[in-house]
Amino acid sequence: MTPEEVKHHIKTYVLVFVALMFLTVVTVAISYIDLGVKGGIALGLFVASIKASLVACYFMHLIDEKTTIYWTLIATAISFLILIFLPVGAFLAQARIY
Amino acid sequence: MDIPFNVKERPDTGLYNGKLGIWFFLASEVMLFGGLFSAYIFLRTGVDNWPAGTDYLDVPLATLNTLFLISSSVTMVMSWASLKLNDFKKYKLYTLITLLFAFGFLVIKYFEYSAKFAHNPPYLPSTNNFLGIYFTMTGLHVLHIIGGILVIGYFYGPGSTMWDSEPERFTNRIEIVGLYWHFVDLVWIFLFPVLYLL
Repeated sequence: MTPEEVKHHIKTYVLVFVALMFLTVVTVAISYIDLGVKGGIALGLFVASIKASLVACYFMHLIDEKTTIYWTLIATAISFLILIFLPVGAFLAQARIY
Repeated sequence: MDIPFNVKERPDTGLYNGKLGIWFFLASEVMLFGGLFSAYIFLRTGVDNWPAGTDYLDVPLATLNTLFLISSSVTMVMSWASLKLNDFKKYKLYTLITLLFAFGFLVIKYFEYSAKFAHNPPYLPSTNNFLGIYFTMTGLHVLHIIGGILVIGYFYGPGSTMWDSEPERFTNRIEIVGLYWHFVDLVWIFLFPVLYLL
């Protein structure tokens, strides 16, 4: 990485930092708006996902990484989704019982 | 004996070994926290009335902590960029600021936990499921912050002498610590709305 490229990266880091600060304020602000439980959760997690993507893509340089890391993360994401949807499956099974 | 591929990239992975190692570690961390998020969903969907975070938790303090962690993430990546620009003094400055933000996070967390324990009756992990999952998830996260402080502190102090002998290897080490630290920030980005706001 050349010094010019690093300096360009630094400008991006500052922009991402400002965006993250702004989105934190947005996250808190939407919690005061009455959107109902489902609406609040959906919007809150949507904003959190944007923030997480910014951190992962720019601070963790995932926007420009090697395929080995992408494959590792795809395997992780699949395992994570199974883990998250396990309770949903259990919840639906319980709903059928009662 | 020299450890291979700690600076040069391995031809098959295209990465130096430490970088692949930290991503494997972070993958296991995703599953660790993922298990707890899964438990949270299970607990929350299992009851009709789940308490609002504001019933028990201090949102302004947690917001301040969020700002601290985001700031520490940007100073962490700036410390790595400073090394890439061969500016060791700036590296030290940014690392010190990162450590200060991290300690700030712990101090605020201490006040948050103290207020829970001092409440009458005390708010304990055994009080209810909400507080149980709150203390478990934030407690594990705090342990990660402490771990990060120890490693970043080492590379700020005694570990930084490697810059004189093997600057490229040292820069890679800071990149690896940074990846860990950004992950800790990333976990908090989800913990904050899930526990405090939703």
